[in-house]
Amino acid sequence: MSTVALLNFDEVVARYEPVIGLETHVELGTRTKMFCGCPTDFGAEPNTQICPVCLGLPGSLPVANKAAIEATIRIGLALNCRIATWCRFARKNYFYPDMPKNFQISQYDEPLCVDGWLDIEVEGETVRVGIERVHLEEDTGKTLHIGGATGRIHGATESLVDYNRAGIPLVEIVTKPVPGTGALAPIVARIYVTEMRDLVRSLDVSDVRMEQGSLRCDVNTSLNRPGEPWGTRTETKNVNSLRSVERAVRAEMIRQANMLDAGERIIQETRHFHEDSGDTTSGRSKEEATDYRYFPEPDLVPLEPDTAWVDQLRANLPEPPRVHRRRLQEAWGLADKEMQAVLNAGAVQVIEATVAAGATPEGARKWWMGELARFANEQGIDLADVGVIPEQVAEVQRLVDDGKLNDKLARVVLEGILDGEGSPAEIMTARGLGVVSDTGALTKAVDEAIAGNPDIAAKIRDGKFEAAGVLIGAIMKATRGQADAKTVRELILARLSSSPPSSI
Amino acid sequence: MAAISREEVAHLARLSRLAVTEEELDRFAGQLDVILQAVTRVGEVAAADIPPTSHSVPLTNILREDVVAPGLERDEALAGAPDTADGHVRERATGQARYFRVPRILDEEA
Repeated sequence: MSTVALLNFDEVVARYEPVIGLETHVELGTRTKMFCGCPTDFGAEPNTQICPVCLGLPGSLPVANKAAIEATIRIGLALNCRIATWCRFARKNYFYPDMPKNFQISQYDEPLCVDGWLDIEVEGETVRVGIERVHLEEDTGKTLHIGGATGRIHGATESLVDYNRAGIPLVEIVTKPVPGTGALAPIVARIYVTEMRDLVRSLDVSDVRMEQGSLRCDVNTSLNRPGEPWGTRTETKNVNSLRSVERAVRAEMIRQANMLDAGERIIQETRHFHEDSGDTTSGRSKEEATDYRYFPEPDLVPLEPDTAWVDQLRANLPEPPRVHRRRLQEAWGLADKEMQAVLNAGAVQVIEATVAAGATPEGARKWWMGELARFANEQGIDLADVGVIPEQVAEVQRLVDDGKLNDKLARVVLEGILDGEGSPAEIMTARGLGVVSDTGALTKAVDEAIAGNPDIAAKIRDGKFEAAGVLIGAIMKATRGQADAKTVRELILARLSSSPPSSI
Repeated sequence: MAAISREEVAHLARLSRLAVTEEELDRFAGQLDVILQAVTRVGEVAAADIPPTSHSVPLTNILREDVVAPGLERDEALAGAPDTADGHVRERATGQARYFRVPRILDEEA
């Protein structure tokens, strides 16, 4: 195995063409599970949201959740899919303790929605990603592996299982293979998942939080030399953030290219992405071709979504995120390039929320795209997860507008919020921040600055008002940035000129 | 020609986690073959316009509203478990059953 990357990414895409495919899983936000009335609250005490149906106890029978079926059809419609007029659930048989029944109810050759697409914007171009299928299944329980290193299943002596999640409705969305994206493949993957997240969120059927696992993503990657048939693909799992989606595709492209260059073969396998190292490792040491012995689920009757039902769901679809974004761009008065920067930073929703909380679009954009974007970048996290909420940013901007903070101090306050020091008001009190516009306190500083810079003072007396900047700078320095620049300027001019021009 | 081979029966037994002896494989392969041969005869009668039956009742769209229904208390649910665990680290262990406990999942060599 080649573990040292010999080719860099530019060399990889010069020699090979990638084909990617994405499988996203969306845990629906229904109140109850897919086939029983158990609640679905996140973070409940282990094994307190279970019943005979989701435990697969003898004699229990599943009944499908109507809200979950409707949510899946709505996702399918939003993805331009054809909705099946008749389909069945299928039983997927496997032995693994994350499902107490020894099978998972899923869909196999009759998915609820098929053959759609999702358009995404990549560097100013529209890329159409084909959707193969959207189907509905039940989520599995959570296992906790004991006795091995850092919770891994390898080397574990036993495992503990919490079935609270077992049976929560899970929608699987599978793309068609996406060829022809070249060096943009990692970015295409990330933007696709981002767009999918925004789309599902707009439908209000899931909170689609990657860090809580309600949006999960597996990435398929293969490489081929130009003109040759597609290569063998690997499936990378454990990709738990938008940033990781991009990193995982990149890492897998580099790994595969180096193997191919060394004359080695790519094995079709599951690989795991590691957030810390950015590498992928082989997921299964020995695995025969999986044989899940699918058959139509005998405990559930078929689904037959009639036209009236589907039409009604279609009529109530919200505005697609793309249209919504175009409207925002107009409302915010942004050029295409500026809007693209906002999109690339993943800042649309936070800016929208900040504006909703009372900030001006310019103010909201300034903080999210400046200070906070830089912080998110340094920390390697998504902007929405930096730990500052839109309401706080709006509050900071309000303080600036009211003259209580200037931009420099506002940045200090934001840093305080990022450090977990509390609300803007608390940080201003604790750190003694705040713009000094009290003329009494400033007059002394102004007099000192004039005394310290007699040549500048003379220029201003001669009517060269632009020279005042030097004095303002000195005063700002002396007051550690807390002076109100406008007040300072007025004081200087009042001191040095008998008739200061009112326009300055 | 046999409808199911001895190898296929062995494969199915492995997938189903059933320990089957060599003699049992011989016997079951023969018995299953008789059953499948009989089913094959039905297939000869069924024309292309007759879809396979997966459900014996002519019902569709049996759905429930998204309303929470009471489930099991944790103690009740875990009462039937072969083994349970507290799941806290040793210092904080209360001895209370909170998880289902299962033996090692992967083989030693895995």
